[in-house]
Amino acid sequence: MAVIEVRGLRKSYGDLEAVAGIDLEVAQGEVFALLGPNGAGKSTTVEILEGHRIRNAGEVSVLGFDPGTAGARFRSRIGIVLQTEAIEKELTITEALEIYGGIYPKRIPARHLIELVGLNEKADTRIKQLSGGQRRRLELALGLVGDPDLLFLDEPTTGFDPSARRQAWTVVDGLRSLGKTILLTTHYMDEAQHLADRVAIISKGVIVAEGTPDGLGDRMSAGYRISFRLTNPGPIELPVGFDFSTSPDHVVAVTTDEPERTLHALTGWALERGVALVNLSVAQPTLEDVYLELVGEDAG
Amino acid sequence: MSPKTAAAQLLAQIRYQNTIFWRTPVAAFFTIVFPLMFLIVFTLVFGNDEIGGLGVTTAQFYAPALAVFGAVSATYTNLSVSTAIARDEGILKRMRGTPLPPWIYIAGRVGSGAYLAVISAGLMLVVGVVLYGLQIFAESVPALIVTFLVGIACFAALGMLVAALVDSGDSAPAVANATLLPLAFISDIFIPPGDNAPAWLDTVASIFPLKHFAVAFQDGFNPAVVAEQSSWLGHFNWTSLAVMAVWGIGATVLALRWFRWEPRPGGTTRRRKRRSRPAVAP
Repeated sequence: MAVIEVRGLRKSYGDLEAVAGIDLEVAQGEVFALLGPNGAGKSTTVEILEGHRIRNAGEVSVLGFDPGTAGARFRSRIGIVLQTEAIEKELTITEALEIYGGIYPKRIPARHLIELVGLNEKADTRIKQLSGGQRRRLELALGLVGDPDLLFLDEPTTGFDPSARRQAWTVVDGLRSLGKTILLTTHYMDEAQHLADRVAIISKGVIVAEGTPDGLGDRMSAGYRISFRLTNPGPIELPVGFDFSTSPDHVVAVTTDEPERTLHALTGWALERGVALVNLSVAQPTLEDVYLELVGEDAG
Repeated sequence: MSPKTAAAQLLAQIRYQNTIFWRTPVAAFFTIVFPLMFLIVFTLVFGNDEIGGLGVTTAQFYAPALAVFGAVSATYTNLSVSTAIARDEGILKRMRGTPLPPWIYIAGRVGSGAYLAVISAGLMLVVGVVLYGLQIFAESVPALIVTFLVGIACFAALGMLVAALVDSGDSAPAVANATLLPLAFISDIFIPPGDNAPAWLDTVASIFPLKHFAVAFQDGFNPAVVAEQSSWLGHFNWTSLAVMAVWGIGATVLALRWFRWEPRPGGTTRRRKRRSRPAVAP
């Protein structure tokens, strides 16, 4: 059963079309990532699904509700982790979780949440005394306080140091095992690759690619990258029929859809000439390559 | 949501807003301590004898005047500033994403402001009675209570209107103080009424609700005014109550129309600016 179903979603701000026709489907229990640069339309899309923004066109169903008109019953089943820290710094962690938890019909006890995000030692600390990473983990706990069926994570680890990101990922992995459906936005490729079952790459308000993180790599128009370094810098004739590129430090590279054939030709050529192929490597396209290719200059 | 659940949610919201208030020393100082300081300073400077021409002691004039000032600080200033800041910080947006009905959240803020107004004004009157011999007249108490409730409702609505109109939490204190303080000087709060001020100034002050709140409340503490009335009903100042009601209802209608749960579009919060990073580090 689809938890999120979107058809032809559009949203404009004045002349700017932030979302220009998006279709999405997220299944129960799925972790789905919207990946794209700032301003691509991913936050606008998520905010429409959360009920924070009203769309201009398209059909949207979230947990069977239209978020544009839904009320408390819809909101009691979703959890939102905002992009910004938005919490009264005068409260302690336990107080914040109890106050926000008290709003929901079904709630997770504060101490369970504190344990889940690893803030046990800080339970009675005022929020203003927490580090940035600790605050983001509290945000995550606040998103979960109503025991939601669907969790929105808007750039959950932006600004984290690497160890805090790993911790946050562990928490999200834990949620997956609880069967929560998660829609996350991120502009980190490795985050999408690590967390998501499926990824949609969004650029200029439209989805330009969609699939599993690994499957998206297979869809590269030009596939495998083969590279090596030449030890003799003198002029040398490379095998014909391939589009080699040579960098100033004598690294030669070629991208190919047929790695076997290319390698065969290359190694045959090297043996024949007695040339050493230093650091020979064959690399599969990563999600990052796909992303940069699809998003292009927009990624700046 | 059943009425019982709604009432419990509302109480929880009021308690939560109160907690935040008491942990914000600046707000607590200006709402509770500041008006008391005025009372102490004025009685020190002027002595506690009769103020010339008024027929009441310094404390008998200033304690109710500053009780009104404290109540207005707790509602108008406190609500406009704290609500605008909460919107900047994204707290209003977070609340909007929860199942809490928006009216309960707003009512929680207003209820907290009203509670703090009672604390601030009550403390002022207690200090007045204990330290400065402030007299309270039983027959005017019903009118005082009604005047107080209408007054704080009016100024709570105006506070929410200011919160709805200002761009950011930075400008809210400026707008609140720039409107409240000049009016306080011409509304019989800091300066007792006299013959020196031009009549037009008095007319200007009478347009705004602050003077009506102050005068209606002070009259209940003025032995000469109280003595004029034979029944408890006679102590109600219907004109002043009507002016405050009109301002309060007008402010409520406009605040409901213009209230925003998020910072102005395009205007980002301070925190968001700091947090934004380049999209991709290729």
